[in-house]
Amino acid sequence: MANMAKVLVVTSGKGGVGKTTSTAALGAALAQAGQKVAVIDFDVGLRNLDLVMGAERRVVFDLVNVVQGVAKLSQALIRDKRLDTLWLLPASQTRDKDALTEEGIAAIIKEMRPNYDWVICDSPAGIERGATLAMRFADIAVIVTNPEVSSVRDSDRIIGLLDSKTEKAEKGQRVEKHVLITRYDPQRAARGEMLNIEDVLEILSTPLLGIIPESEEVLRASNIGSPVTLSNATSAPARAYLDAARRLKGDDVPMHIPTDRKGLFDKLFGRRAA
Amino acid sequence: MKSAIAVRPQRSIRFRGRSLLAFVLTPALPITRWIAELDDWCKNSPDFFVGRPIILDLAGASLSSSGIFRLLAILRNRGIRVIGLDGVEAGGLDPALPPVLKGGRSGDEAIAPGSADAATNFAAAPQRPESTSLLLESPIRSGQSVIFPYGDVTVLGSVSSGAEVVAGGSIHIYGALRGRALAGSMGNGRASIFCSRNEAELVSIDGYYRTAEEMDASLRSRPTQCWLQDRIMMLAALD
Repeated sequence: MANMAKVLVVTSGKGGVGKTTSTAALGAALAQAGQKVAVIDFDVGLRNLDLVMGAERRVVFDLVNVVQGVAKLSQALIRDKRLDTLWLLPASQTRDKDALTEEGIAAIIKEMRPNYDWVICDSPAGIERGATLAMRFADIAVIVTNPEVSSVRDSDRIIGLLDSKTEKAEKGQRVEKHVLITRYDPQRAARGEMLNIEDVLEILSTPLLGIIPESEEVLRASNIGSPVTLSNATSAPARAYLDAARRLKGDDVPMHIPTDRKGLFDKLFGRRAA
Repeated sequence: MKSAIAVRPQRSIRFRGRSLLAFVLTPALPITRWIAELDDWCKNSPDFFVGRPIILDLAGASLSSSGIFRLLAILRNRGIRVIGLDGVEAGGLDPALPPVLKGGRSGDEAIAPGSADAATNFAAAPQRPESTSLLLESPIRSGQSVIFPYGDVTVLGSVSSGAEVVAGGSIHIYGALRGRALAGSMGNGRASIFCSRNEAELVSIDGYYRTAEEMDASLRSRPTQCWLQDRIMMLAALD
């Protein structure tokens, strides 16, 4: 009996919080750890994951083609050039979410499960068809949240849907849920300009997977089409994603917020030297 | 008896349905003899009808508008006030007459006329629903709505911003209330709301409500109780 992949949905409700970045980074981090990973872009009509992973010039078939039986799954999957255990199933840019059917997605997930360790579904923003189909067959959910009230409330809404609209929930089981806090700035949080971690976790009453610090490395990585864990593996966000991926695998990794900033002394010294 | 309710907490005008029990008098022909019987009955139980809502069932007495007016005047002289008509077609009747009621159901308990406890029977006649409650052990998430018209709701976790709990009875929240709690939604002004941490967007009892902005800032994040006193939402800290 072949092993069965864990199906993981990266979701948030709100847009622009870092779902696609996190999907790419977690997918790459798991693959870097030797796991066999497929990432699926569910954002039909607004696809981005191919760009962030640097595969946009190799897209031939996409998720909608496979759902509609135009292409086989093996024809649509794109293998990463840097990591040979990482695969991408891109979304279609020319269609919309109505082109996806639950039966079609179910068939794809079923076909992929025996062949991978992880199938990671990158959810579109919102709570409509694309988002509900992305979470529909999930075993695990990573809820990406910025430390900011509107993002937290949308995440809370999504957690409610994960507990009611997924296949697991309908069978009376539970989707394993983790909160990933992105774009965290300790300085701003200390000044009270952001929600602090405790507040976010208290509101969501869901365990923490990791804290990704705000960093220009993330933007730079997506501009060069590389998951941040590959483009600069020692940067603060990369280390945070690598830790989060180890926690997903079940490793016990102490929680801390990696930082690129130098100490106060270095900063003063550096400024004087400049 | 219909129990409909439309609470619009955002508006200042309240529309609510209420079911209550009314006496139905059924005049029979000839009317003069029926009135004589009524007088005999009233001699035994004077003032029995005073202040009670009375409905006149005219199915057994075909009367014209003017005949109904005369009958109403006779009843009024005996202290009987008619709030509505039954058993007649609304069309063709004088609009000044009491309205024709629809959808009535007969009361479950017969009232023994003249008996000493007739009045208490009357008060107890509307059948009370069996007391029930709902226990929710997980947090109520944003966008979720829990509606339980039959009694109290107890939430062990928190009620998130953008979530709502609507209860016919009282609401008890052992976590933080960050969304809306609407107690006494079926017209129960004695319902209360309790939460161990008040960050509510809105609390309402029996259609009366208070928004976060109208709450005393000192109650923020504290254990709080809400109740209704003389149609005013009252809030007080529990600690």
